[in-house]
Formats: sequence, C-alpha cells, structure tokens
Amino acid sequence: MESIGVLMACPMNTYLERELEKRFTLFKFWDFPDKALFLDTHRNTIRAVVGNATAGADGELIENLPNLEIVSSFSVGLDKIDLAKCREKGIRVTNTPDVLTEDVADLAIGLILAVLRRLCESDRYVRSGKWKKGDYKLTTKFTGKSIGIIGLGRIGLAIAKRAEAFSCPISYYTRTKKSDVNYTYYPSVVELASNCQILIVACPLTEQTRHIINREVIDALGPKGVLINIGRGPHVDEHELVPALVEGRLGGAGLDVYENEPEVPEELFGLENVVLTPHVGSGTVETRTAMADLVLGNLEAQFLSKPLLTPVV
Amino acid sequence: MEQKSMDPQDDVPLVFVHRPPSFHFPFKDRLSTHFHLLDPLDSPDSTHFVRRHANSIRVLLCVDPTPISSDLLDLLPSLQLIVGSSVGVDHLDLSDCRRRGIAITNAGVAFSEDVADLAVGLLIDVLRGISAADRFVRSGFWVKTGDYPLGFKLGGKRIGIVGLGNIGSQVAKRLEAFGCIISYNSRRKKPPSVPFAYYANIYDLAMNSDVLMVCCALTEETHHIVNKEVMAALGKEGVIINVGRGDLIDEKEMVQFLVRGEIGGVGLDVFENEPDVPKELFQLDNVVLSPHSAVATPECFDALEELILFNLKAFFSNEPLRSLVEFE
Repeated sequence: MESIGVLMACPMNTYLERELEKRFTLFKFWDFPDKALFLDTHRNTIRAVVGNATAGADGELIENLPNLEIVSSFSVGLDKIDLAKCREKGIRVTNTPDVLTEDVADLAIGLILAVLRRLCESDRYVRSGKWKKGDYKLTTKFTGKSIGIIGLGRIGLAIAKRAEAFSCPISYYTRTKKSDVNYTYYPSVVELASNCQILIVACPLTEQTRHIINREVIDALGPKGVLINIGRGPHVDEHELVPALVEGRLGGAGLDVYENEPEVPEELFGLENVVLTPHVGSGTVETRTAMADLVLGNLEAQFLSKPLLTPVV
Repeated sequence: MEQKSMDPQDDVPLVFVHRPPSFHFPFKDRLSTHFHLLDPLDSPDSTHFVRRHANSIRVLLCVDPTPISSDLLDLLPSLQLIVGSSVGVDHLDLSDCRRRGIAITNAGVAFSEDVADLAVGLLIDVLRGISAADRFVRSGFWVKTGDYPLGFKLGGKRIGIVGLGNIGSQVAKRLEAFGCIISYNSRRKKPPSVPFAYYANIYDLAMNSDVLMVCCALTEETHHIVNKEVMAALGKEGVIINVGRGDLIDEKEMVQFLVRGEIGGVGLDVFENEPDVPKELFQLDNVVLSPHSAVATPECFDALEELILFNLKAFFSNEPLRSLVEFE
C-alpha cells in the first residue's frame, strides 16, 4: 500500500502521522503553501483524505481529487466534509465514534464543576497570593442541579449517566422523543432551557443546529443558568453569548469550542464565570491513540477491499 | 430582657453554644425559636455563667472547629452530645469524649456531596488540565502556539479512596459512573455490601491505584498518612487529590515529588499551613489549587443548618441522630 497517496488536511496527531508514513505515501497539506500547484502535481496519486474537526474535505477539494476513494475523519463530527458530494461520487466516509464518547462526557462534567465551583478562578486566586488576604467567595453546588441536554446520542447519554451519579434530574431535547429513556423530553430548546439550570450542547452540527443557542435560548436559561458547549462552536451564536455573559444575563459558560477557532472572543478573558478550554474534548493520550487506530484501520480496510470499521457513507 | 435570655425556662430545651469569639453563626435566630441557647460569650462573666448552668447542660453546639478542652468538659458533667458544624473532628479529643460517654455528630452528611463534587472536579481538572488550558486560552497561546498538550483519560483509572466514610462513599458513587475502578483503605473493612476492593494499608492501596483520593479524618494515626513511601508506590503517573486536611500529606515531600516529576499531578483543597501554599506549586500545570473551599456553597450551609436542627430535635425527643462520629 506504500504507493497509495494519503492527504492529511491539517496537523492532528503525531502518532497518526508516523503510522500513516509507515504504510502510505503521506502528503501533509500544510507543508504545501501553494495548494493549486500541489493539487496539479499530485491529484491523481491521492486516494484518501484524513481530516478532523478543523479541516476535512470540502466540495472543491473533492472535485480536485479524481481518484479519491475515502475520507477518513479523525473526529466524530463530520461538519468539515461535504457528505452529499461524497455520496454522489461514491466516496466512502468514516469517523471515530464511541472511542471519544467518554472523554467528551468527562470534559462536559469537568466544565460544569469548573464553572459552578469556580475551579479555574480559585486556582488563580491561590496562585496570585490573594488567599492570604481573605477567603474566596462562596460558589454553587453541583449535586442535584437540573441538567438539560441537547442531542441525546452517545455523548449525550454518557453525560446523562455521569450527571445521574450527582443526583441531577435530566431532561433533553432531540428532534424526536426517545422511547428508550426515562428522561424528561421537551420538544423545543427554549422549553428545555426554561426548565433546567445547566444546558449542555451535545448534538452534531448541521444546518438545523447551527446557532441552536440563540438570544431566545440564552434568555430562557437566564442569569442563574449555565451553558456548556462540547459540541461545535457554530452551535452557539457567539455575538449573543458574549454580551449575555458580560452583562450577567447568563450565569456562566463552560466552552470547549468556538465559532472561529483558535480565535476566542477576548471579552471572555476577564470573566470569572467562564471556563475556556481549547477544543480538547477528545484530547487524551489514550483516546487520540484509539482514534488514530480507527483511522488507520478504516484506510487499510478500504484498500484491502474489506468492510470498513466505522463507515458513515 | 437580659435576665430572660439568661434564665432558661423549663419547657424549652437548653443548648450550650461553643463558638469562636469573632463568629456569630447565621442561623442563631432560627435555633432560638426551638431551643434556649446558652452562649457564655454573651455573658460578661463566662466562667461563672458556665458554672451556674453546668448541671442542666446536656448538649453542646460547637460552631466551627472550635477546640474543646478537657477543662471545659470537666465543667459540664451532664453533657451527653456534641453537635459539631465541621466534618473534621481534629479539634476534639475523641477518646476523652468516649470515656465521658459523650456522643458526637459532625457535618459529614450535610457536607459530603459538596466535598465529593469538588474532589471529582479537582480530579478531572488535573487529568484533563482544565485550569491550565483555561490559562492557555486566556493568555492567547492557542492562537500563538497551536494545540494544547493532550491530557489523560479518566475512564478505566484505578481510584484508591483513603477513608471510605460519608465523603469517600460519595466520591466512589460519582467515579463509578465515569467507568473508574474503585478500591479503598480505611481503619477496617466495610461490610460485604460495599463492592470495592479493600487494602488494609495505604501503601498497598497506592501500589494498586492510578489516583489516590484523600478523604479521611485527620487524627494522630492519619497525620502524614500520604508520605514519601506512599508517593513512591503511587508512581510517576499517579495523581493525588486531597479534600481532607493538609496534614494528611507530607507537603514538603509532595512538593519535591512534583518538582522532580515523580508523581503525575495533584489537586489540593487543603494545605499544611493555610493560607500559605508552597510557592513551588504555583509554576506547575499539573497542579490544581483550591483555597479550602470544598464546603463553601450556600447550599452546603443550608444543609448544615437543617442537619444541626434535626440532630438537636432528635436528641431531645430520643430519636436516632444523623452523621454520628464513630469511635474506634
């Protein structure tokens, strides 16, 4: 398989790079400043694209690679891949489900605790020597707070399972009510936000879910409510979120994802009711290795004409 | 008015209040509607005051971890119960209380959820680097230097709980939901209904754990229970979370282990010389520091108020008490 060209869309994982180089002819897209020249030279060699949450395969790239057979994404979300075009051209698409579910759910709970208990702010308080001048203020208890989850897929369910261990009542919003869970269902995000203290975005990013957190939802969540986003940045209308946090119309936010990563609205940097992590939902050594192994396994299966491990298209 | 508040009426039960001079507890008014509160600090001559009421005092409410001397207990021959308002009981001489037949309740039941929440929060923070990542984003490094270093997965970690009391049990309940494997060390093995592996000493627990959650009471036996040998047994990827008392860990050794990279990380809510925290820790990203705030939520204080009221009422109506401190 060494002659097969694989295009990596952006840097994502050194272990994956190393293993791809062992098996295939790897092209790192970021090493070629002149993309047009690169594509002119190598378009016929490339049979696979490896993408992630930052860069994948848009319609234009797909059109430029006549021998493309598979887009294997080092992510669970596929919003950087033109799925319709892949279907139309018979290009296979795989993602890395399941292996990152626990990590993302863990981070969601970690962000809730960090926002409610002000972990980052109180760490800054100790490090800056302020404790010597007096106690840090009271924070908010987590156990027993009502949780609303948008999207009850694998990640949403894993978050629910964890929150139940903190005795939290769980409710959710999905397009259609689930028959196999006992959590309270709300048919709209606004109703969900009105009936919970902590709202968690855990759905895929699609045309329908873009800006699913808008002004109306933020107002419904209110000055004591907390928003957690471990989904995708564009789920949240940041132009509405930022002023709501600055003005105290929303109680707090724990954000792992942003509309224009790695840009994060600077107005948030001075706020203590906000916790900001740099898109590390699946960012553990253990999980990234498992994800890389899935990408490798899918590519090998494709080129050996075996069934794909985690096909989406 | 003054005379009325000092002289207890027959039908209102007496509660002796032992508190630090600087601290007036906020639910005094609420308790006053049920009990006659005897507070020597409200009296100009407190020794005389205590002597005058000594024989009628059966309950002492200890506000904050205010030390109770054996001299004070000598003055209260009828004392049967100390209702504490902290989780730790290191301000009391437990064996002296047992000898005198005095029962003790603490804040354990009221505080355990908040303490367990913080313990889990500190653990996720250390493993996933939440506080360090937040610093990274706020200082603009995400844009300047690219991706943040990878953290470690919580699922599947072997968690060793030091002290499986109210707090330790709440920690175990939470971490089970994250797919962690729980074992524990305590003075004695819990009944078979507790499904976790037991280690009779903390060294063996550390040998078989990725994370130590220190949740036990501070006593003479548990002082520096996490010492050099225990840290070495835990190993260089190991994590320690302390929500008990600072003196449970040999802090000087711990700092050395961290500086030399011989343990993986720590999350600390308590320290040996609060509010002093070893400066060497301030530079480390695998360390999360919290200013002894595990129980600092309004919900926690409400729960404590309810617990104290419950126990005082239960005592005077001969009903079972909650959150009793076990004597060895």
